[in-house]
Amino acid sequence: MVAGAQTHRLANGGVIDRSTSLSFRFDGKTLLGFQGDTLASALVANGVKLVGRSFKYHRPRGVLTAGSEEPNALVELRSGARREPNTKATTAELYEGLEAASQNRWPSLNFDVMSVNQLFAPIFVAGFYYKTFMWPAKFWEAIYEPAIRRAAGLGRAAGVSDPDHYDKAWAHCDVVIAGSGPAGLAAALAAGRSGARVILCEEDFVLGGRLLADGGAIDGLPAAEWVARAVAELTALPDVRIMTRTTLFGVYDGGTYGAIERVNDHVPVPPEHQVRQRLWRIVAKRCVVAAGAIERPIVFAGNDTPGVMMASAMRCYINRYAAAPARRIALFTNNEDGWRTAETAIAAGLQVAAVIDARPDVSPAHRSLASKGGFPVLHGSVSAVDGGKTGVRKISVALTGGARAEVEADGLAVSGGWNPAVGLTSYHRGRPKWRDDIAAFVPDGAPPGMVAAGAANGAFGLGACLREGFEAGAAAARDAGRGGNIGSMPVADDEAFSLTPLWHVAGKGKAFVDQQHDVTASDVELAQREGFQSVEHLKRYTTLGMATDQGKTSNVAGLAIMAAVSGKSIPETGTTIYRPPYVPVAIGAFAGHHRDENFHATRLTPSHHWAAEQGAVFVDTGLWKRAQWYPHAGEKDWLESVTREVKAVRSGVGFCDVSTLGKIDVHGPDAGAFLDRVYINAFSSLAVGKARYGLMLREDGIVYDDGTTSRLAEDHYFLTTTTAKAGLVMQHLEFCRQVLFPELDVQLTSVSDQWAQFSIAGPSARKLLQQIVDESEDLSNEGFPFMGAREVKLRGGLKARLFRISFSGEMAFEISVPARYGEAMARNLMIAGKPFGVTPYGTEALGVMRIEKGHVAGPELNGTTTAGDLGLGKMMSTKKHFIGRVMAGREALTAPNRQVVVGIKPTDKARRLRSGAHIIPKGETPGPDNDQGYVTSVCFSPVLDQWIGLGLVERGRERIGEIVRAHDPLRSEDYDVELCNSVFYDPDGGRQRG
Amino acid sequence: MRIICPFCGERELGEFTYLGDAKPQRPAADAGEDAVYDYVYLRDNIAGVMSEHWYHGGGCRAWLKVTRNTLTHEISAVEPTAGAGAAKVGA
Ligand SMILES: [Zn+2]
Repeated sequence: MVAGAQTHRLANGGVIDRSTSLSFRFDGKTLLGFQGDTLASALVANGVKLVGRSFKYHRPRGVLTAGSEEPNALVELRSGARREPNTKATTAELYEGLEAASQNRWPSLNFDVMSVNQLFAPIFVAGFYYKTFMWPAKFWEAIYEPAIRRAAGLGRAAGVSDPDHYDKAWAHCDVVIAGSGPAGLAAALAAGRSGARVILCEEDFVLGGRLLADGGAIDGLPAAEWVARAVAELTALPDVRIMTRTTLFGVYDGGTYGAIERVNDHVPVPPEHQVRQRLWRIVAKRCVVAAGAIERPIVFAGNDTPGVMMASAMRCYINRYAAAPARRIALFTNNEDGWRTAETAIAAGLQVAAVIDARPDVSPAHRSLASKGGFPVLHGSVSAVDGGKTGVRKISVALTGGARAEVEADGLAVSGGWNPAVGLTSYHRGRPKWRDDIAAFVPDGAPPGMVAAGAANGAFGLGACLREGFEAGAAAARDAGRGGNIGSMPVADDEAFSLTPLWHVAGKGKAFVDQQHDVTASDVELAQREGFQSVEHLKRYTTLGMATDQGKTSNVAGLAIMAAVSGKSIPETGTTIYRPPYVPVAIGAFAGHHRDENFHATRLTPSHHWAAEQGAVFVDTGLWKRAQWYPHAGEKDWLESVTREVKAVRSGVGFCDVSTLGKIDVHGPDAGAFLDRVYINAFSSLAVGKARYGLMLREDGIVYDDGTTSRLAEDHYFLTTTTAKAGLVMQHLEFCRQVLFPELDVQLTSVSDQWAQFSIAGPSARKLLQQIVDESEDLSNEGFPFMGAREVKLRGGLKARLFRISFSGEMAFEISVPARYGEAMARNLMIAGKPFGVTPYGTEALGVMRIEKGHVAGPELNGTTTAGDLGLGKMMSTKKHFIGRVMAGREALTAPNRQVVVGIKPTDKARRLRSGAHIIPKGETPGPDNDQGYVTSVCFSPVLDQWIGLGLVERGRERIGEIVRAHDPLRSEDYDVELCNSVFYDPDGGRQRG
Repeated sequence: MRIICPFCGERELGEFTYLGDAKPQRPAADAGEDAVYDYVYLRDNIAGVMSEHWYHGGGCRAWLKVTRNTLTHEISAVEPTAGAGAAKVGA
């Protein structure tokens, strides 16, 4: 396809590089622009007026602004997985090969079927969702919602995973500055010269702010030259960092600011190993908000016709981009500043059709401009616009005296005055205050450490911006403790300012307040009549200001119209609450690298790589990856592998990495006394060289955690926690030590990551261990009995900790070696264990053996059970005080009908037991009244050759032998089970002691 | 939010864990059920300045007493709890 000509590109000027021509596609048509263009300016330069269809009515829309406040010119940028909907053409930088598509039209932008919505406009009034689609209820999902979703809405999401990377970073400085217009640059100069560490954030890709569009003279230099000098000076300062393409979007507690840096949005695909965007958290002692102001529209019929543009935006396209939005321009203004667009148009050689000024008087200078330019000045207001998707054709004017006039033009510039960008200063529930002289809200205070300067503070003159910016920068640096010489303040004249507020011109036809959400002036009036008097209600009922532009061009106009119909003043009407982010921020940027497999950190056990070599299947337990089982060739499913592992342990020997247990060293003369207070059972009485199972309660008497604790020396205990609670128990014990019992002389050290720990279990466990530990160590039943614990020397001299504890019910040991020896230990156990048929086992086999043995674990320690419920009530010492003791004695926690741990097995040996099944008395209809508990843990027991389980069942221990129903409505199962002793295997414990 | 840990200096919120009201004092062992009940369940929920327990788990593992305004998040004081910090020498 042949590239279109840049029909509306001016011959001279602009901050663009005419030597670098860029080709791009809009709705499939190939066009050309220049380096330095935005997508919007390139479209303007190509004479494209129609860029999208509106949200509700599918009305043709053009470019309204030249910045991040744009409500209309939203496109789908890029294609495929990188397609990004609702991208503002006004801030998207042009690059070679850019692809963009207009949104919300079908089948094409020029011929849009849904624009018939306009004919049904009466039903799309404020609150139409609430009014129209209330009933019948079933119509909602079937008819209304799909229809609305097709008709309304904005761009389409890519629908596939984002292939790009996003980053998060911290930065620290003395002064962060938002905006690089005259106020921001002056602030940076003052702060930078004083020696402060400065970060200057500019959302644009070029520094200068409004100076790029409006020029002016500073310190006797043309603005562009002054900006170049200022930037050169700032760049030379070692502690000043200038960040372009970076929007400061929020302020958080303690001087933390959020900023989004669009690192590679201006290239087709980020270079390899580079991120697309970076989310910054900037910690700054002070912040200067020099974010400028946003020109506001005047609401009149047809104000959304393509070709109607903000006056300041028109100047920006002409001066910065050398692109003419129109050839014959009419200007509608209520203030002095708007006239600059007429001056700009004439200077650029464009025609001015007329200036429509709502004020009673126009300055002599502007009168002479009009006579020199040969255009009329009409006192009055625009009442209608004649035009359509090809743009503005004719403008109707209601003259002040009551007469009417018509102006032929292909573009209409509108200026209703300026609204300071009060977002950042208002994010901590700040309410801006109204200033009558400029008819605008200005910041009324700001979060601690923040100050607004220049146009963001309502100081619109160039001289005033420089003054306020410089003073704010100097003060911020001073407050941050920097006292260097700030040099001289840049100086410029202040422009004349005069404004007669005008918000809405009554007239026939739709007059849009919020163009992105298609909210009209009559919607606002209707909402007020229907009783939505509060601005917060108005906002939600009409959705005014709730689109992706957050109402930057529409909110104040909406308030003003609301105030007018309610007979209140604008400050009485008030503003809605301001909330970050100031611009949309991609969720991907908030996630950063924390997605997919990096969603959270991954902890690997010391023997992980060895286990992976063995072909282990891993399971995520918290952050850990643990070997779940080790499949052998030819095994048909997990159950076959797990059953083999269990049998191997019960008949020979196996080992399992249990390093994920929390491990805490407890040191100090009061270590025993301390443990006595945190466990229900006594530890001060534990002999050195012995281990004991301990149970910990919460203060409210419910079981918190369990584990074995060993006494390695008089003043040294080694405590283990469950894997899940490792961090929390450490936190809890530190609380006990530091806050509850500071009088005890005890210290805690987390050693979870320092020790690799293996369980070695089975009748041949001792024989295997004898191959590992030094020959001098006595491992016999007499020399190292059940529940023994001591340091041992391994063959080769390494010191290890050895514990004779058993979770499996077999004779078993747990051995701890420094974590870096964990993998070597696993390999050695395999080699040394070969003669004994050693078998590594995973968490499934571990679980099977603990259920066979009736040991409680996570499913039973579920945050509602007491020690008594778990069958461990006798462990509660009556001789000492401990955490949870008093509350555990409460009536309801000791009631005889509590649900307690009991064994469960199906009466039909072939049936599979499922956890979660409810226990119902036999012969009764299941219901909440006779629900007596549920199955908590299940496994296939190779020993019993059937499925078995543990459950929490009302009075369970008194009902051993009773047949009850396992009712499982989720799986539609119902079968008989027998309540039995929870210890299925070796109930007298001979094997583990043997 | 940022908290100035007496041991580690100014650190970011993510390093800390919030527990709650630091006012309630754990009753003596023989105080009886009512006193323990109050300690376990009754908490002030102040809209304003409040003394709170925070844990510096991402740093020195000290439990801290933080005086914070719950309306503005302004932190006016951070103190170590009685047992926080280094081991008691010669105790
Ligand atoms: Zn700390």
